[in-house]
Amino acid sequence: MTIIVIKPGLLSTVQDLGRFGWQHVGIVPSGAMDTDAHRLANLLVGNGGAEATIEITLRGPELEFEYPTLIAMCGATFDAKCVDAKGKIFPMPLNRPVLVPKTARLRIGDVRHGARAYIAVAGGIPLPLVLGSRSTYLPARFGGHLGRALRTSDRLPLDRASIPLSNARFASLRRRRGTPIDPRAIESVAWSVPIDSLPHADEAPIRFIEGRHWRLFSAAAQTALENEPMRIAPESNRIGYRLHGPRLERRKDVDVLSEPTCLGTIQVPSDGMPIVLMADHQTTGGYAKIGEVASVEIPRLAQRPPGMAVRFLRCSLADAQAARKARQARFAQLVQTIAWEFIK
Amino acid sequence: MARSLAVTPKSIAPLGDAAVIIDFADGVDITINAGIQRLARAVRRKKVPWLIDIVPGIGSLAFHFDVAVAVDAVAATEALVSECLARGLHLIDDPVRTIEVPICYDETFGLDLGELSASLNMPVAEIGLRHAACDFSVLMMGFAPGHPYLGGLDARLAVPRRATPRASVPGGSVGIANGQSVIYPYSLPGGWNIIGRTPLKLFDASEPEPSTLEPGDAVRFFAIDRAEFDRNALAEGTA
Repeated sequence: MTIIVIKPGLLSTVQDLGRFGWQHVGIVPSGAMDTDAHRLANLLVGNGGAEATIEITLRGPELEFEYPTLIAMCGATFDAKCVDAKGKIFPMPLNRPVLVPKTARLRIGDVRHGARAYIAVAGGIPLPLVLGSRSTYLPARFGGHLGRALRTSDRLPLDRASIPLSNARFASLRRRRGTPIDPRAIESVAWSVPIDSLPHADEAPIRFIEGRHWRLFSAAAQTALENEPMRIAPESNRIGYRLHGPRLERRKDVDVLSEPTCLGTIQVPSDGMPIVLMADHQTTGGYAKIGEVASVEIPRLAQRPPGMAVRFLRCSLADAQAARKARQARFAQLVQTIAWEFIK
Repeated sequence: MARSLAVTPKSIAPLGDAAVIIDFADGVDITINAGIQRLARAVRRKKVPWLIDIVPGIGSLAFHFDVAVAVDAVAATEALVSECLARGLHLIDDPVRTIEVPICYDETFGLDLGELSASLNMPVAEIGLRHAACDFSVLMMGFAPGHPYLGGLDARLAVPRRATPRASVPGGSVGIANGQSVIYPYSLPGGWNIIGRTPLKLFDASEPEPSTLEPGDAVRFFAIDRAEFDRNALAEGTA
């Protein structure tokens, strides 16, 4: 009962919703960069949402499933195919549950839109919990699969129960709406998650809240952050997004005492080039914080690949909270709708 | 040390929409930091379900919320902090642990001892003697898992960070700079002046308590020679 890694892709790691309660000793939550897509992928295979998935980045892996497995791929749009044991190639449907046949290979190519997608399997990927989470924390090399990105010939264990679980769940899906009988397709369903319910790599501005050092920055820097587009630098990764654009100058050079940071902190080192802290960021830092990206925007930002433009829009704390609540409500509806499909 | 500590919040500011940060000091103040540590522990003991992380900074304290729980977290945090401060931060409820850290000040480990000896105008041996005589406390942990910022460095050992950071500092290295000392829990890039190395394992994710040190701990270094370092490193698995 395993998933065999034929090709690892650019950066494929096992992630869940993160590792909480350890930031005081320097351990960041990490976890999926786009938690919305991660949760949706899980929901589409009948999981609760917190199970571990495989996060793939820009160029996908090739994976072999030893036995029929119910999977879903959610998030960025990748070129993806499923190759069965006889070598027959089917397009891999995205954003919906798919029952891949025995010894089938999921062959994922380059991303077409977005940056990251999540591959969930029925029952989740049952790697051991490390400090309460299965997320891979690459900088300190622990969690996930041996604390590192997937490599060729890696074998990810699946639960013995995932075969009957996959079959039972897929049977429920089939009973409810039937399966499209198409000899050119692999077994899936006739519906998918509406694309607009997924975080998009669109050009819409990313909302942020004034940081506690906002006033340390010059009026020009404040205006520039709100009005001038920046570009995600090539060296951006799961730790942080470096942005190229106008230099954000301070009014005066004041030393900032090293202090806690958070997911989405927009910190500005003395070179004036901002860095947005992402899932694997350091828990503390000594750079001035010009702002914090609203939590609802993190999945959207996570879907922007290096080279893409970012525009920021300042909002109030109340606006950020309201946007988050609205998103939570929409998500709860989606959870209900998908869960309904699995009812026997 | 006083049996109870008083700290007064100077300001409270949002840290995004899922955390707040309370300021207690603008500069490095070891007494205020000790109060911050006691406050952090007092709040942690309350096991509030919507508080997922309580993170002390050098002069501040951050609270990270579980945004799935519907509660006015900023107001609720302020209320919690006020309640804990009104009750008082008593050392008797929460004694400070002292962690003894072995260190070898051998020049093969103390990569910057030679340069420091010249810039501080101090014999190499005196650097280690002074460092091991300091009463340190863990002001903050960050930069990497298990990595402490230790306050209480002898003022005679005041040096800035190295102009050019090293791409890789060996695990266990002990550095000084900016009036503080640090320990690199594993091999990391870093710009602090390295004066020795500890064989003590500071971080192990497979342990239920992964970090040997916690914010607020008292730390004392004691010098060991190279032979003892090698024996300890074998026993700790850090060799």
